[in-house]
Amino acid sequence: MSGMRQNSTPGWLPFVPVAWLLLFFLVPFAIMLTVSVAHRVPGGFYEPGFEFDSYLRFFSVFFGRILLTSILISAGAAVICVLLAFPFTLSLARMKQRGQTIVLVILLSVLSLSEVIIGFSLSTLLSKTAGVGNLLAALGFIEESRAYTPSLFALMAGMCYLALPYSVLVLYPPVSRLDPELGEAARMMGASPFQTFRTVTVPMLRKPMMGALILVFVFTLGVYLLPQVLGQPQHWTLSVHITDQAIFQSNLPFAAAMAVLLLLVSLAMVGLSLLLGRDKVTDT
Amino acid sequence: MTELSLRRMTKRFGRLTAVEDVTLDIPDGTFVCLLGPSGCGKTTLLRLLAGLETPTEGQVIVAGEDQTTVPPEKREFGMVFQSLALFPHLSVADNIAYPLTIRGRSKAEVRERVETLLDLVQLSDLGDRRIHQLSGGQRQRVAIARGLAIDPRVFLLDEPLSALDANLREHMQVELRQLQQRLGVTTIVVTHDQKEALTMADVVIVMNEGRVQQIGSPMEIYRDPANAFVAGFIGTSNLLPCTLNTDRSIEVFDYRFDVEEEDRLKSDPGAGLVLSVRPEDVRLEAPSTGIPAKVIFIRDLGESIQFVLDQGDHEIYALYAPSARPDIGLGEEVGVTFAPGKRVVFPA
Repeated sequence: MSGMRQNSTPGWLPFVPVAWLLLFFLVPFAIMLTVSVAHRVPGGFYEPGFEFDSYLRFFSVFFGRILLTSILISAGAAVICVLLAFPFTLSLARMKQRGQTIVLVILLSVLSLSEVIIGFSLSTLLSKTAGVGNLLAALGFIEESRAYTPSLFALMAGMCYLALPYSVLVLYPPVSRLDPELGEAARMMGASPFQTFRTVTVPMLRKPMMGALILVFVFTLGVYLLPQVLGQPQHWTLSVHITDQAIFQSNLPFAAAMAVLLLLVSLAMVGLSLLLGRDKVTDT
Repeated sequence: MTELSLRRMTKRFGRLTAVEDVTLDIPDGTFVCLLGPSGCGKTTLLRLLAGLETPTEGQVIVAGEDQTTVPPEKREFGMVFQSLALFPHLSVADNIAYPLTIRGRSKAEVRERVETLLDLVQLSDLGDRRIHQLSGGQRQRVAIARGLAIDPRVFLLDEPLSALDANLREHMQVELRQLQQRLGVTTIVVTHDQKEALTMADVVIVMNEGRVQQIGSPMEIYRDPANAFVAGFIGTSNLLPCTLNTDRSIEVFDYRFDVEEEDRLKSDPGAGLVLSVRPEDVRLEAPSTGIPAKVIFIRDLGESIQFVLDQGDHEIYALYAPSARPDIGLGEEVGVTFAPGKRVVFPA
């Protein structure tokens, strides 16, 4: 029988993605690792070497604060984003097919906006001279127009704007597949609409929500322009500092070391949330 | 006592009328089957009863109280969905406990009730299992136990056995019927399977195109169908175009015979009527009598032999017991007649 079996995919095919991964991910990462332990020539560039000077700079209060800021901002953006995206996706999935398509197309078109466009648009929109402050003042909500940027609020708004489509797209397939009879069954058994939401809808979608949280978290960790455009200096994240070190301070070894750290932090957070998510599912 | 009534119930979805002008009275403790082809409105009718749909017109009355605007969670009904709608994130016991915990019953009470229910559906050892670890039949029982957890006023089931294979389905039909008789709960089952309806129900409600066609006991429905649709849907009846003459004779194609006393005429004399005859009442004779037809298929069903005959425009089915099997082979020309007293004429 086994001789009869025809395999339509050639055996070497799986090696193509492996080769691509090696070429475009592992090789650059190796280069970055090498740079991170290279010796920095102050005022110049760097020369090959093997020293941990760049890594040792992590052990400072200043650096600890940057790391904490990065994690808190990304975690905050992830939570806000999923809190917005979850009810949005639920109501989207209840719309008629045509309506759903229109909303999804709009959502996808938002994805075409780059960080730069979103950042500068929001900074104009929240400014004192040309922003919503004027509108609020004209409507009498505030005395006179004021700037809402740079601020943590502006930064969060930008990050959520950037990441919201992704979280909706992650949540949409499982939400639209959720059997409406499950909710109806809960109603028949005496659960109010809110109790149904709390005891059926949310637990059933815990895993996709966790996935959306991780996605937004990791995605916003890498955002480096928005904190500079919309945030104050204390909101500068690790990514901003990497850019700063690499481009403006010409300290590539330190920038590379920070990039390695960023990667490790991302991996750790992903692992941690997967662990937490799994525990919760088996508990209930 | 009448437990459940529908008054002039109508439900429209846009231009589509799913249920039209349905009025029903269901006595306490009755086992009712809503029977009809798919798309006949039976599931919509069940959902209207449950409160999952709001009627366009009409009322739902439970034990004398108008419940039309009462939301489903306040009706104290039990329901088993077609997909069963068991919660995959909860254990078997927690699924059954759901309607009790949502009502804030004490832990001890919930545990005791869940044990009783698991016992009732013979799943005592499986309380800690997850839903995906159960077989189809076991899931079915969990859904039934969950629906009965609060001692519902009315127990609704939407095609509950459709996902099971034939053997298990027949077994569950009997089990469900026995369970209902033991508990005495008013039960309404939606099904498209006439055998299932005839097996389980005290009362069968036959529906088609959103309207009730006939309400009656399984025997009444089978023996005395109210119209051509019911005759064709319950059992297989041969439905042939016919003319009823004023001299009490019937013409089918070119075959003419007199109406006997036992034959039932549900229509005034006229042309374009429907003659309904059960396959077991069809007789195959020599080609010179009756309707000329040709045997195009013979199927041995074990307890009976089925002959499929081609009349030209219509296929006619005849059913014989193996002991009475006529000596007729495939491709032979025969004459078809109908057993006197077993012929029914309906308006078209």
